Amino acid sequence: MSEEQIRSLERQFDERIARDEKIEPKDWMPEKYRKTHIRQMSQHAHSEIVGMLPEGNWITRAPSLRRKVALLAKVQDEAGHGLYLYSATETLGISRDEMYEQLHTGKAKYSSIFNYPTVTWADMGAVGWLVDGAAIINQVPLCNTSYGPYARAMIRVCKEESFHQRQGFEIMMKLANGSPEQKELAQDALNRWWWPSLMMLGPTDAESVHTEQSMKWKLKRKSNDDLRQQFIDQTVPQAELIGLTIPDPDLKWNEERGSYDFGDINWDEFWQVVKGHGPCNKERMKARIGAWEEGEWIRDAAMAHAKKKQERKQKQAV
Amino acid sequence: MSNKKNWPLWEIFVRSKNGLEHRHFGSLHAADSEMALENARDVYTRRSEGVSIWVVESNNITASNPDNNGELFEPAHDKVYRHPTFYELPDDVKHM
Repeated sequence: MSEEQIRSLERQFDERIARDEKIEPKDWMPEKYRKTHIRQMSQHAHSEIVGMLPEGNWITRAPSLRRKVALLAKVQDEAGHGLYLYSATETLGISRDEMYEQLHTGKAKYSSIFNYPTVTWADMGAVGWLVDGAAIINQVPLCNTSYGPYARAMIRVCKEESFHQRQGFEIMMKLANGSPEQKELAQDALNRWWWPSLMMLGPTDAESVHTEQSMKWKLKRKSNDDLRQQFIDQTVPQAELIGLTIPDPDLKWNEERGSYDFGDINWDEFWQVVKGHGPCNKERMKARIGAWEEGEWIRDAAMAHAKKKQERKQKQAV
Repeated sequence: MSNKKNWPLWEIFVRSKNGLEHRHFGSLHAADSEMALENARDVYTRRSEGVSIWVVESNNITASNPDNNGELFEPAHDKVYRHPTFYELPDDVKHM
């Protein structure tokens, strides 16, 4: 194809997206569109899968059966969300194995928030309330993104995600209204998860390298800073409602803006964690790679069993 | 990495309730059709989204190519006489 032809195809492609048409797997697309989507969608899938680890940590120690079934269901949902997203990404021509390979070798990233440890039961509350809360804010606009399989996967994810946040908030609320020790646990969890949750919405707009192109392709509908402000504005009253204090001395309602002003985010910490130096990066990857390698025999056994069944069927048919 | 054959890809279709058609829900990997059904139940119907599941190995689907959409679908555009609005009737005619 000549450069002129490609430019013309790209122009038509951009016009389709501007008209809110969806792009489907077999449609022509610019190479950069394909690559950007593979990067973002696989990163999203990896985050769901790695995100199971900090919570899986608490399933056996949940304080009641009610909490245990809820946490189990939430973690199972995350496995499901990872699978929706992996299969949506595969429609762009990358194999599941390649994506795993990229995750395991560190070539692909996952959300940096999952590199923080979950040290008390209250962390299950904070993760559901704050981390899933921030994730929902990120994900809702993606239900309208231009790539059809991604948008469809996100619609399902968003429908399921709201129970996650509610179960987290309920845990926090119960603890905050409990004994002084329980309240302290809840406050401590909020203290540790607040700032990482703000960072989770991504670097400031000035530092964000992908924003402009992603806006055009509707991979992003709002900037990171706007999403962060939205998250803060909706979360602060929730904390007040259950008597917990947001760990930010500079947090103040700004009448004029109709929003909260907030303190400086420690971006050095964010970049350290992204680069692999967070508290649990190594542990998470070790668990993930271990699960993959130790599961190899069972994947092979399933294939062998399927083959045997097939052969038995054929023999019977003769 | 294992050099054995990877689990093939299956397309999942779910009927959400009787009276409605099966609809494409997504895909997943499984060793065979039975496992694809079991996995589809866990991946796509955790909240009573379905009453029936079909699984089809993706390899077995033949799809049209969007590059041929012109010759495939455009001929229908100028056949307006296939639609009831093409036909002129006096206003007095009822129930037609």
